[in-house]
This record gives sequence, C-alpha cells and structure tokens, in this order.
Amino acid sequence: MSLTSLWRAATQHRLFWPVAALVALLVINVPFTPGFFEIHLKNGHLYGSLVSIVLFGSPLILVAIGMTLVIATGGIDLSVGAVVAISGALACLVVSKQADQDSVAGVLLAFALALAVALVCGAWNGLLVARLGIQPIIATLILMVAGRGIAQLITSGQIITVNSDAYSLIGGGYWLALPFSLFVVALVVVLSMALTRRTALGLLVEAVGGNAEASRLVGIRSRRIKIMAYMFCGLCAGIAGLMISSNVSAADGNNAGLWIELDAILAVVIGGTSLTGGRFHLGGTIIGALIIQTLTTTIYTIGVPTQTNLVFKAVVVIVVCLMQSSVFRAKVFGARAKRRGPAQKSPGAAADAAPQMEVSS
Amino acid sequence: MAEPRPVLEMTGIVKEFSGTRALSDVDFRLFPGEIHALLGENGAGKSTLIKVLTGVHPLDGGTVVLEGRPVRITSPLQAQQAGISTVYQEVNLCQNLSVAENILIGREPVAAGRIRWKELRRRAAQLVTRFGLDLDVSAPLGSHPLAVQQLVAIIRAVGSGNPAAADEGDAAAGTRVLILDEPTSSLDRDEVEELFALMRRLRQDGVAILFVSHFLDQIYEVCDRMTVLRNGALVGEHLVADLDQVNLVKLMIGKDLDELEELSEHHTEPDTSEPFLKAEGLSRAGGIAPFDLEVRAGEVLGLAGLLGSGRTELARLLFGADTSDGGKVYIGGDQAALREPNDAIGRGVAFLSENRRTEGLVPDLTVRENIILALQAARGWTRPVPASQRDELVAKYIAALDIRPADPEAKTGSLSGGNQQKVLLARWLLTQPKLLILDEPTRGIDVGAKAEIQKLVVSLSEEGVAVVYISAELEEVLRLSHTMGVLRDRRLVARMANGPDVTAGRVLEIIASGEHQ
Repeated sequence: MSLTSLWRAATQHRLFWPVAALVALLVINVPFTPGFFEIHLKNGHLYGSLVSIVLFGSPLILVAIGMTLVIATGGIDLSVGAVVAISGALACLVVSKQADQDSVAGVLLAFALALAVALVCGAWNGLLVARLGIQPIIATLILMVAGRGIAQLITSGQIITVNSDAYSLIGGGYWLALPFSLFVVALVVVLSMALTRRTALGLLVEAVGGNAEASRLVGIRSRRIKIMAYMFCGLCAGIAGLMISSNVSAADGNNAGLWIELDAILAVVIGGTSLTGGRFHLGGTIIGALIIQTLTTTIYTIGVPTQTNLVFKAVVVIVVCLMQSSVFRAKVFGARAKRRGPAQKSPGAAADAAPQMEVSS
Repeated sequence: MAEPRPVLEMTGIVKEFSGTRALSDVDFRLFPGEIHALLGENGAGKSTLIKVLTGVHPLDGGTVVLEGRPVRITSPLQAQQAGISTVYQEVNLCQNLSVAENILIGREPVAAGRIRWKELRRRAAQLVTRFGLDLDVSAPLGSHPLAVQQLVAIIRAVGSGNPAAADEGDAAAGTRVLILDEPTSSLDRDEVEELFALMRRLRQDGVAILFVSHFLDQIYEVCDRMTVLRNGALVGEHLVADLDQVNLVKLMIGKDLDELEELSEHHTEPDTSEPFLKAEGLSRAGGIAPFDLEVRAGEVLGLAGLLGSGRTELARLLFGADTSDGGKVYIGGDQAALREPNDAIGRGVAFLSENRRTEGLVPDLTVRENIILALQAARGWTRPVPASQRDELVAKYIAALDIRPADPEAKTGSLSGGNQQKVLLARWLLTQPKLLILDEPTRGIDVGAKAEIQKLVVSLSEEGVAVVYISAELEEVLRLSHTMGVLRDRRLVARMANGPDVTAGRVLEIIASGEHQ
C-alpha cells in the first residue's frame, strides 16, 4: 500500500515523465551499443557514451536555460542560433588574428568580446520586445535572419579555423578527467538557479509572464525584467557559441548552431514550462535538453538513415509530449485505472451512484 | 402554487476536490418558467454546483434528472445539447468578431461549404430584435459597452440550444435551463433593468432560469424562489415571498447583520491639514474631463456615478496607470509626475483595480506569491523579502482578512472571487500605503466579505490612511465616505462633504441631472 502511494507520489512529480522518457531513451541504446552505460578512464580522461551526450549536449543546455527565462516572461527568442554563430565567429576571428594563438590572455579577450556582443544582441531583442512592443516572435526573427549575415560578415564568408589549445579547452578540453564544458554548464546552471530563486527575479519573471498588465499595476518594472531575460538568453547563446566553435576549432557562420533555437524551445516545453509564460522550471529544461541530445545520439547509434532522422526525431518528440499530457494518459491508461479506482476509494454514494447514471443519456 | 414537475432535479450531489468536500449531499430543483436564485457566501459551493451541472466538473455522487430522465453530463457541450445554457460572470466572447458572428458562432448558416454572411447577419439581427435590443450586429463586439456584451452572451447562450428551433424563430431555441452566474455585477441600474426584462421574457417562454447574484435587492426584484447554500451544504429552499432579506442574510452567513449597521456611526473627523494628494485640472482625452480633487490622510473620499461615468479613469490617473495629458498632481506637497504606476507606488499610493482577473491576480502563482508581489516589486529583484519575514507577513494577512483556504500554497486562480479580492487587498496592505484607491472592491463578493472589507476601510482611515472608495452601490459610498465626488459623463460634477443632508436620493439626482447646488 505504501509502495503504491509512493509510486503515485513519484508519478505526480513534475519531473517524473521527462525523467522516464530520458531513461527509456538511454535504455533503447543498449542493444545497439553494447556497453552504452560504460565509462572508461583513458589518458586521464573519462570516455563513454554518457560522457559524450553531456559533452555534445552542453551548448543546447545553455541555450535552453536562457530560453526558459525568456519563455517565462511570455516571450520567445528565435535568434539564439544566430547569436551562437556570431559569438563563435567573432571569437575565432580575434584568436586567429593573434600572433600567438595559444596566449591565454588573447583567448580571454576573444571570449570577452564575443560575450559582450552576445549581450548586445540580447539587449537588442529585449529593446524591440519591451520598449517598442514588437511581438517577440517577430522581433527575434529579425536577428535570427540578420544574425547569420552578421556572422558571415565577420568571417568574410569563410570558415575561420584556429589552432589554439587554450581556445579548444572550453568546448573540447578536459579538466579533472571530465569535459571542461561540463563545468561551464554546471556553473551557468548554479548561477541561473541562484539568480532566479535566491533573488526575487524568478518571482517577478513569473508574474510578468503570468499577467503582464497586473504586474505593471503592481509596480514591477516589467520592461527591465524582460530586457534582462533577453540579455541573459543572449549571454547563454554566446557561451554556447564559444563551445561549439571551440569543439571543432573553427567558426562556420552558416551552420554553427543551426536550428538550435528549435531544440531549445522543445527542451523548455518538455521540461514543463508553458509557452504562454509564467511558471518556469530550470531543472525540467535541463532534462529536456538531455532528452533531445540523447535522441540525436540514439538516431546515430541505432542506424536510422540520415535522410529520415528528422522524421524519427519528430515521432519521438510527439511520443514524449503525449506521455506528459495528463489528458492523454487519462485517455489511454485511464480505463484500467478507473476499474481499479472505486475499490481503493472509500465506498459510499459516489461509487455506488456512478454505474446507475450511466444507463441513460 | 401548484407544483408542476421540475424540469431539473439534482439530488444528493457530492463533489470533492482532493479530499475536501465542496458539496455534500445538496439537493436542488428548478421548475419551468421560474427564476430561481442560488444564494450563499463565497465558497458556499454555488459555482461548484453550477460547474457540476454544466459538466465542467464530474460529480462524485448524486443524481441529476432532467425532464424526468436521469442524465449524466460530462462536458459543457453535452450540457448545452441537453438544453442547459450558461452565461458566466466574465464575458467569454470574441471581442474582435462581430456581434452576429458571436451570436451564431459554430452555427453559422452554410451553403456549399461557405458561410452565408447576409443570412448570418439577418438571423442575428432577428434574434437581437426579438430580445428587444437595438444594436448593429455587424459591428465588432468589442465596440459595444460591457453591458451589451453581457446581453449578447445571453442571447448567444439561449440561442445555442437547438439550431432548428432557432431557425423556426423560437427565441429560447430549445433552452430549458439558463444559468446566469453573476450577470449583473458589471452592469449599472438601467442595464440591469434591461437584463431583467430579458429574463422575464424568457420566463414567460417557459425557460427555467438559475440566477446567481450578490445583490439581494435584485433577487427580490426578479426571482420567484431561492436555494441557499452554506459551506457546501444545503440550508434551504424558499419562495422569495416567504423570506425577508434580514432572515435570508442570517441563513447565508449564519449570523446577524448588525455588525454592518454599526459601521455608519464610526466616522472620525479627518484632519484638516494639507491634503495628501491634490489634483489640479488633471485630465485625459477620451477618459475624463479636467478635474480638481483633494484627499487628506485619514479621509475616505467616495466616488459615485454610473458605470462608465469616468470613475475608473479618474482613479487610474491618480495612480499613473494611465498618463494624463493635462493638469498636475501633488502628493505629500510635492508635484509628482505619474508616468507609470511605479511613480505613484513609490509615493505611497496603492490601487485595487475593478478587474480582479485581468489587472490584479497572477492566477498561476500561489496565494503567498500574489500577496508578496507589490512589496517585492517595491524592493526590486535584488532584495527578496526574507523567507521567514515573508511567511510571517503572509500568515498574518491571511488570518487578518480571513482568506480561505488559509493555505499560502494554494493557487489563487482556484480561489473564490471574494477570497481573490482579499488576496489583492492583502497585497497592498503589506506595502503600508498612505493612499489606497479601491475601485469596486466589493463587486461580486458575498455579504459577509463585503462587510469585512468595509470595516477594513473604516479602520484604515482611523489609522490615518487616505482612501478613495469607488462603488456602484450608493449605500456603501454614503456609509463610508467623509467626502464625496459624483461623476457623470466623464466629468466630476460635484464634490461635497458627507453629512446627514447627503442622501442617496440627492446623489442620484446629481447623477441624473449633473447639477449640484
């Protein structure tokens, strides 16, 4: 009995279905990749499929965290992919122009410049949305399209390659046997959780997203909150851009971070944050991002033909979303639960009367 | 009265929400051709009963018999098909569509897969005239006043029962039961009359009307029979003629009304020092004509006037919710530029909007979060209210205002109207305002909560808080105010000290004539 109630409590938890989907996806890999869950220590580095998922999923987690806050304010940011490209392009350009590409100071300068530009991109989006009142989807569409052009301008239409150990650390390097990007992600996660829940920022963001007019009338500076959210989102995308370019030691204005905005939005939604704004769940978003990255990995390991992998991805996403929908679960599993239901419930009028009423109508 | 067979009979209705009983063993019946009031305080179970009847909530026990046949209603659509139509307190129509489209939405006349627009307008116009209204059905719904929208909602509801019947020109269109949940809360007196005329018409056609209203006078004016609920249980069913108002209120709240009457004697003289807030020639085009206004610490300034007379517009200017395009405001002696609510809040002004749902609550957030919101906004995001202090404050105000359920974790969206209002009041009281602007604070609230809110106003004024009190209920304004302002056609036409010579009759005269000597 206590086991059932424990089970019920677990399934009621917000994160239950996302976590269940993640575990299921991971398990599916086992027959195709024996030793999927194994992790080896080679040359002082940890290797294994799980490590790769986290490593390759890092940029998506970052972008999705920023996206969560923007969506919570009732907005959306389509330009994150473009910001990824701009940030990577700018950082690679700065590093490639230096005499000593391995110079830590030079790499840090490149990072600082790239992140500053990413913040400016976020501020631009925020101003369009909060000051000019343009619909977020349109406002950020501008940078989504123009941003790729800006990235191309920075790289002069070429793919800039760099040859710098210092630069490749953030996206491809290791530290304490773990991928360095893991530490960056952990830092951003901890910081953003502290920023939203240790301060009142989270509450104010949720108020703005939940009822913008009421928030204004209660004295919340909602414009400022929104601009901050977009700037934070831009910053996250900027860091992700550094990671992606660092991982391949090259900046590709055309393809870096392509479609990452869609994956990020999906991760946010799978994580339980509503697209209409209001309540947001950073933990859920991280699980959501991991689900999507695992899915991408799974597509390769189980050998789905590359031409059809988008279709496969779509099907899995639909299944995950359906599993999360309580309405759907009630429809599919409800019949069985109902038959069991009355026996557990206290008897009385409620249970007795129900079958009688079914007769007519 | 010879009792025909009831059109609707609900017996032993039980409804539970996660363990708590919202309705326990409630009986309810409706006869054809009667207007039946459903009465009770907030949280007594009125809304739950309606939602069970209309299939919004599945019932946990009891039977529903409609026209002699047991039915099991599991969705609002099914309720509608069974002849039960509902109009809710807030108008649930599409502002951007025309009146005609709204009335016939989902039942548009179609030929070869296309809507016959002319026919649609003709039919809608026909329905509208049949209900004794005169309005342009091709104009967008949003261009009509709220009251007209409400009437359109009713026409739509009764017209939606049976399309065939509507085609044949039967106004009631197969609707046997019409549920009106607080339809009058945003209407002024004339509009209420219009609504009542419509209701009486439908009664003549044999429709059973279930009417929920917090205005007892209206109940006595229009209803035949009433059912009283308290704490989710049935208190009794009475003919309106058999039970007077005093006894009805006793049944509803289980105690006497005397407390309310005491209030009138409590006035203390406000000090005659500098006004806390002073407006000079303040105006907004299309909102309100230039007006002068003063309110002192400890003074209750009552604003009377019909709905749409500019009461709300005036209040919003004082709070910076709208920007003025002329005139000056002085707060605490200094001229204040009110461009944003923030500017007013920083100077100690608080504003409780008349639109709880759209301009007050954040329904997704908890009671605690909603209560803390104004204080937190004033502190800025970097300085969160410490958890212990926050919980203490929230607990204090939940207790002080008797917010039910007394659960800071409850979602405000699920609270009853009166409790939502108390949450919003608590939100502002937490900021210790020097001027509290209350726009229709008692609208859509039960008698008990009304009395509590009015008492609160008195005690706040005794503590030196200035209050601007706006209400469509003249009695309330007269009872509470030290000074009064009367609005008419978006103009402040009179300002006077309240006294024995200021009566409801005199104020009504000013409202009607716009003249004041």
